[in-house]
Amino acid sequence: MRIDTCYFCSSKIYPGHGMHFVRNDCKVFKFCRSKCHRAFQKKKNPRRVRWTKAYRKAVGKELAVDPSFEIEKRRNIPMKYDREFWQMSMEAIRKVTEIQKKRQSTYVMQRLRKGREVEQHRDIREVQRDMALIRSPAAGLKQRLATEEKLLEEEQENDVEMVTATEEENNIDHSKLSYIKI
Amino acid sequence: MPLYNFKKITVVPTAKDFVNIMLSKTQRKTPTVVHKHYKISRIRSFYMRKVRYTQQNFNERLSMIIQEFPKLDNIHPFYADLMNILYDKDHYKLALGQLNQARHLIDNVGKDYVRLMKFGDSLYRCKMLKKAALGRMATIMKRQAPNLVYLEQVRQHLSRLPSIDPYTRTLILCGFPNVGKSSFLNKITRADVEVHSYAFTTKSLYVGHTDYKYLRWQVVDTPGVLDHPLEERNVIEMQAVTALAHLRAAILYFIDISEQCGHSIAEQVKLYESIKPLFTNKPLLVVCNKVDVTPMDQLSEASREALSIFEKNNVPLLPMSAITDEGVMDVKQQACDTLLAYRIENKIQAKKVDSILNRLHVALPKTRDEKERPSCIPEKVLQKQRLAELQEFKKKLEKNLEDELGDDYILDLKKNYDIPEEFRHDIIPEFWNGRNIADFIHAELLQKVEELEKEEALREEAGYYAVPKIEIDETLREIKELAQKIRDRKIINRNESRMTRQSSKPTTPRTAPAKARGRSATDFRNTMEDLGVDMEGTEKAHFTKTRGRARSLTRSQSRTNNKKPRMASEQRLVSTSRSQSRLPRNQSGVRDSAMQMKLKKVAHKAIAKKVKKQGLKGEADRFIGTKRPRHLYAGKRGIGKTDRR
Repeated sequence: MRIDTCYFCSSKIYPGHGMHFVRNDCKVFKFCRSKCHRAFQKKKNPRRVRWTKAYRKAVGKELAVDPSFEIEKRRNIPMKYDREFWQMSMEAIRKVTEIQKKRQSTYVMQRLRKGREVEQHRDIREVQRDMALIRSPAAGLKQRLATEEKLLEEEQENDVEMVTATEEENNIDHSKLSYIKI
Repeated sequence: MPLYNFKKITVVPTAKDFVNIMLSKTQRKTPTVVHKHYKISRIRSFYMRKVRYTQQNFNERLSMIIQEFPKLDNIHPFYADLMNILYDKDHYKLALGQLNQARHLIDNVGKDYVRLMKFGDSLYRCKMLKKAALGRMATIMKRQAPNLVYLEQVRQHLSRLPSIDPYTRTLILCGFPNVGKSSFLNKITRADVEVHSYAFTTKSLYVGHTDYKYLRWQVVDTPGVLDHPLEERNVIEMQAVTALAHLRAAILYFIDISEQCGHSIAEQVKLYESIKPLFTNKPLLVVCNKVDVTPMDQLSEASREALSIFEKNNVPLLPMSAITDEGVMDVKQQACDTLLAYRIENKIQAKKVDSILNRLHVALPKTRDEKERPSCIPEKVLQKQRLAELQEFKKKLEKNLEDELGDDYILDLKKNYDIPEEFRHDIIPEFWNGRNIADFIHAELLQKVEELEKEEALREEAGYYAVPKIEIDETLREIKELAQKIRDRKIINRNESRMTRQSSKPTTPRTAPAKARGRSATDFRNTMEDLGVDMEGTEKAHFTKTRGRARSLTRSQSRTNNKKPRMASEQRLVSTSRSQSRLPRNQSGVRDSAMQMKLKKVAHKAIAKKVKKQGLKGEADRFIGTKRPRHLYAGKRGIGKTDRR
């Protein structure tokens, strides 16, 4: 008895589940459930269907190539049973699976980290471009103008004190300036 | 036997029928419509076709008759002779010859008239020519009437002739009338021939079939033959003579020893002598019938002497009784055997046999020397066989174990496994966490895993698995919030625009009030305030100066010459320059609300009255009972209007 993998979605098929399809060229296709079988009958390519393991690996969403995957393989080489060896290998299997899991999860996490950066860039661009939607550029314009004028007046008073009243041209200039700004 | 089957000859019609068939066929199978204004060539070809067609039909039918009747020169001489006796050879040949002649004549007539048709210059003339042609053909056929009748009779008689195959194994029964030939036939075959106690019961040839030595034998029963010269023989006797003369068969000559047939034994022997020439080169048996009446040993001296001729000529004499079945089988067997022997002898003498014998060869290997050469069995095999005989060396089987232990026996398939004793009964794990353990296990597993662990440790050291901390400072957080707000705003805007796009289509019904405009100065002010703009001091700003209704009203008033509106509704209608939907009907022309109330009451009363009177369900009930009343739509119409009846 074996736990097979589904031809379409590469999930596990436990004994007594799913179905086998033997094509007339003797190739055997195993399916975990009718969903996968139907998809196969519709000639869907599992590498193009989003929900399959094959798609995720082909597109780079999951770790596909790693030396830790090479250990589990159907070998078709008979071995004589040896109790000690079996016990040791059980331990080894546990280790291997642990390493596999670790590597897979780090791969995914590293991939997702890139998303954060992209998100930040997007936020910045959005704020730069469409700020006007939540805050008018004209907001607070009046106060700013008022404060500027105040500053100008103060300056002028200072100037009057400093310089004699003979220079009237300057004054006219200021008024012109303020007018333009309004 | 299918060689001579005269049953398939088609019926020969009488002259009258013949002509009728031909003419009606012409009528049916050729075009029938012709007019005198047709082109003359067309008319000519129309009649020519008729003449030619009739001629062809006559020809075909006559040739068929001539072909189907057997030709006396081509068939087996037995049949030829038989037909000569029965139907008269000359008459038969003459009849067929005359039919052939008639066929030629008809062909000539047809040819002549087709030629003449070329000179026909009108429809009438052509028609007359055709008529003449067909008439002449008919008269020719009429002259053949007696021949046709004769041939029809021949056909009927032929079809009833027994189908005798002149080439197979045949037994012919002959002798004086009433000696028991037919009874013998009934005994040995399944034929059912009439048997009576008077002479000439059998008037023609009969055939029966019997089986002997897995072969089929044809038995021919002939009518009785009397002892007088050939010329004086009548038709019935002649049939028997032809059968005897032409069929190569074993002949059973029947003698009635009881003399009940009315002829003495001496007479019967005399007849044998006279027709003896017919028996040459054929196996012959003499059957002494009716032994039950007078047994062979009670015969008189004279008759015994008469019968002694046969012994002299080496002809076997067989006693038989058809009534008691005594000797019937003997006669049959002996007749068949002699015939078979005779036929085989004939065949061997013929040239054909040589060619077959040349091809046959039976090979027999010659012995090399006197040495014995028995089959060889290896020593080992012999040893094994010997051991097998002594039960002790036999392996102990599970079956034997089971017999020994009885109920305590448990089938243990693992005990002979080729691994150390203590491991044999271990339960080997198959699955672990949804994985096949067998897939992992191989000789280098541990080594590989060690390598992998080392690599993993190196990675760990190199900080491959360390999670980098993402630090977000104050500004970034603010930016994030702002971006979220902007996105929300965008979604709202999108939805709003979608809504307005849907509703801005011109689908307002008559009764609905005109849609109010969404935009306004106050709205504008509010939104700007939301966006953070200070809107103080804008009470007299430019955007507040909207184009109000006041202006248009004044303009329209100036145009309508200050005419005083009579009613409130009218005033409203006139006052607006923009297109406005019309007032509902129950409001138009109504001066004020008091009037409206009054009108409502009046309407209510009127409707109630109508509904009650006509038995309606309500104001909107416009039910029509029968849409098309039958009395208004069905039947014939006379003079008058169609809308009222």
